[in-house]
Amino acid sequence: MNINLTLIGQSIAFAIFVWFCVKYVWPPITAAMEARQKKIADGLSAADRASLDLELAQEKAAKEMQKAKEESAALVDQANKRAAQIVEAAKDDARKEGAKLIEQARAEIQQERVQARDALRAEVAALAIAGAEKILETSVDAKAHSEMLEKLAAEL
Amino acid sequence: MAADTPVEYIKHHLTNLTYGKLPAGYERADGTVLQETQWTMAHSAQEATDMGFMAVHVDTLGWSVAMGLLFLGLFRFAAKRATEETPTGLQNFVEIMVEFAQGIVRDVFHGRNPIIAPLALTLFIWIFLMNALDLVPVDYIPVLAHAMGVEYFKIVPTTDPNATFGIALGVFILILYYSFKVKGPGGFMKELSFKPFNHWSLVPFNLVLELLGLIIQPVSLALRLFGNMYAGEVIFILIALLPLWVQWTLHVPWAIFHILVITLQAFIFTTLAVVYLSAAHEDH
Repeated sequence: MNINLTLIGQSIAFAIFVWFCVKYVWPPITAAMEARQKKIADGLSAADRASLDLELAQEKAAKEMQKAKEESAALVDQANKRAAQIVEAAKDDARKEGAKLIEQARAEIQQERVQARDALRAEVAALAIAGAEKILETSVDAKAHSEMLEKLAAEL
Repeated sequence: MAADTPVEYIKHHLTNLTYGKLPAGYERADGTVLQETQWTMAHSAQEATDMGFMAVHVDTLGWSVAMGLLFLGLFRFAAKRATEETPTGLQNFVEIMVEFAQGIVRDVFHGRNPIIAPLALTLFIWIFLMNALDLVPVDYIPVLAHAMGVEYFKIVPTTDPNATFGIALGVFILILYYSFKVKGPGGFMKELSFKPFNHWSLVPFNLVLELLGLIIQPVSLALRLFGNMYAGEVIFILIALLPLWVQWTLHVPWAIFHILVITLQAFIFTTLAVVYLSAAHEDH
């Protein structure tokens, strides 16, 4: 247990070891550790950002969906309205057409009635004349009495 | 082996392999008288003592340097291959140690100094490795050395006060260096003179107290480590003196307990060194 030069030698060894450690051992290891730390932190923040992005995208998608729904609803609404309009217009047309047809038919009927009445009248006139001829046994000059006959026919 | 009685056995195991200077006219262990001053290996404990200060403990220096190189080699190897990708095996271990050292420094060091953390790492691993040599059975290496013609061989450097005081001296020099650097010579002197009693009439008293406090730092570092390791080693040697069939009943528990001791002592030395250096950095 003698104190001797070993003491100095040990101090020198200590100094050299510490110097070597400070210079060549410590920096690469801590640099690698810090780099990894940074990498992990970056990765985590990227993941955070990605999840935030996802959330935003989901929100946006939901909004778009909502908008599309509204739009489609509006379109359907519009289409329904338009269809109703068309149906209404068609009905209107049909009604008008029907009325027109009825009117026409009426006019025709009226005309036919007039014609029939005229014809009937003429016939009645002829019949009356024939009757009168029979009664008078004389021929009635159709030409001479035609004015009177026509007057008679018009009265029928 | 030159050990017939228990006392001789113990003495033999506690003697370092010493290389030193013997003066002219010195009568050596084998009876020969030196004609002139000579650097030589000591052949007995007495010779080692008589060499005085001009001697080195070859085993202490050799093993401590070997352990230092083992530490630096391993860590340098890992540092070279250090990658920021997923670490594996050795790098994991090295990083755990580095973080451990950083943790000690973060907890107790309040200045900013890039040297302190690697210093703590060096101290811890180096002292741990030197202490760990204590777990090698006490007879293995000396018997091997004896077979190779080396008389004394003590492998645990931390059971040699030269080693522990040497490291503590290095720490002490750093403490002084940083005290002067951070506080300035005036500030350092002021701190020594006006603490703990801030009055001019008590300056001498303060000086004595503070200088003692300062010097006690490396001494306590060195003595604590040396004392623990030396005591452990002596107990290992005493156990080795027991009959062969009963040795393991004591050796095994003591060795297991010693695993704790060698780690704890390395940790205490490191932490206290950092604490002292932290105090040296504090500028009031």
